[in-house]
Amino acid sequence: MIQATLDVATIRKDFPILQREVNGKPLVYLDNAATSQTPRQVIDVIVDYYQNYNANIHRGVHALSQEATDAYEAARKKIQEHFNIAKSHEVIFTSGTTHSINLVANGFSSFLKKGDEVLVSAMEHHSNIVPWQMLCERTGGTLKVIPMNQEGELIMEEYHKLLTERTKLVFCNHISNALGTINPIEEIIEAAHKVGAAVLIDGAQAAPHIRADLQALDVDFYTISAHKVCGPTGVGMLYGKEEWLKKLPPYQGGGEMIAEVTFEKTTYADLPHKFEAGTPNICGGIAFGAALDYMNGIGFDEIAHYEEELLHYATEKLLVIEGLRIYGTAAKKTSVISFNIEGIHPYDIGTILDKLGIAVRTGHHCAQPIMDFYQIPGTVRASFSFYNTKEEVDSLVEGVKRAKNMLV
Amino acid sequence: MTIAEIQEEIVDEFSMFDDWMQRYEYMIELGKSLPLIDESYKTEDNIIKGCQSKVWVHAELEDDKLVFTADSDAIITKGIIAILIRAFSNQKPQEIIDANTDFIDEIGLKEHLSPTRANGLVSMIKQLKLYAVAYQTQLN
Repeated sequence: MIQATLDVATIRKDFPILQREVNGKPLVYLDNAATSQTPRQVIDVIVDYYQNYNANIHRGVHALSQEATDAYEAARKKIQEHFNIAKSHEVIFTSGTTHSINLVANGFSSFLKKGDEVLVSAMEHHSNIVPWQMLCERTGGTLKVIPMNQEGELIMEEYHKLLTERTKLVFCNHISNALGTINPIEEIIEAAHKVGAAVLIDGAQAAPHIRADLQALDVDFYTISAHKVCGPTGVGMLYGKEEWLKKLPPYQGGGEMIAEVTFEKTTYADLPHKFEAGTPNICGGIAFGAALDYMNGIGFDEIAHYEEELLHYATEKLLVIEGLRIYGTAAKKTSVISFNIEGIHPYDIGTILDKLGIAVRTGHHCAQPIMDFYQIPGTVRASFSFYNTKEEVDSLVEGVKRAKNMLV
Repeated sequence: MTIAEIQEEIVDEFSMFDDWMQRYEYMIELGKSLPLIDESYKTEDNIIKGCQSKVWVHAELEDDKLVFTADSDAIITKGIIAILIRAFSNQKPQEIIDANTDFIDEIGLKEHLSPTRANGLVSMIKQLKLYAVAYQTQLN
């Protein structure tokens, strides 16, 4: 393993929230898969926007509007470069991954016919299941599920069998939020294209760990949320290949997305504005760009190496606790550990950890089908970021032991 | 004893503890001692919605008093229900309807009272009171 070179002590100083206490204890924030924390560099950008150039964009003749427009479009460029996207108008600003997915699902209702099939993986977040169910209900299409094995890996032989000329769309997350599994999306995309199906990859959980090259992946759609990569909530990206974005009908009507309006007919604006009706989250978009700058400043290779080290360290330490089982043991996974202790409800463990200042997620993680698969009510999920430390992992392990002693 | 008297007794018991650990340990003990609900009442209908853990509550009228039994798959939640049942069970429906729940705050469980909290303490209290309303209507 390559030795991690991150100066975590210095990095932690960038995050004001990491200095606070919870229940009289230093905060140990291990719910990064739900949302990442925000560094001062991003907070400063947000403050600067509202203090110095808050204005509506794309339509004003005045200086503030021009400055805001320039900053917003510069953020779009940053996102384009970060994901190696061919054209900046293939980057659509949305309110986040859920919005992005709904935009595509809604658009596909114009293409999908009765008998057509949509494939989704067995390890999807609810936001990735429900829009496709709604799409199939509207169109008479059929939703099929790519199964997974006990380790929490997709069974690729089954996937290849499910692909037919009826398959129109394949949907899969890049990384599972509940299990941390890194899915073989290269193989998924390539095989789907062979039968003429489009592929949407949800990159929400991947973005904080992996810098995806979307041209190399040849993916049709890719989505992320800014708040998973040290940016603000309520803003995200939909990437779509130009040919697809041109084909898809607009999702919402409103200002910004039109070219010309009369009461008889409206012509739509060009990309990306066709999908950006109304005043967008301008400050959020600009801060999203700043967040990517921040993470790139640290370096995704360094982040990946360090998080891998944390993952191994935490896995080893947790498994020493008798009765502890980890769900999601894929060969390729990110720094997410979903676990339970025999005979103890995850909610109880989460409650005790909270009293100790340790923030984890408990429950079904919006992925009930996975919980049904393992026949459990939920798990405790600890998810690590590059600003977490081995000392914090130790606190988690001690906290879990303490909870176990109290609860058994 | 009246509901108010029982609540006072619970507040007294909790006042002996110095820190959250002791309070939670006591609550866990209470949870473990909660008389189990009859398995046949653990139905979908009896599940209180809004809890991250499952909570079942059953109510039955004995003479003119309402008797609650309950269970949960999470032990801390069970402890909370045990406290509620001790305060509200075996009381007349009208008294349950009129009872206030300030004692929850006084025993240091205020954090569980937030309506958005996933354990659904608020939903539990509401459910107990709804049962009381239903049986009171029946008695009238």
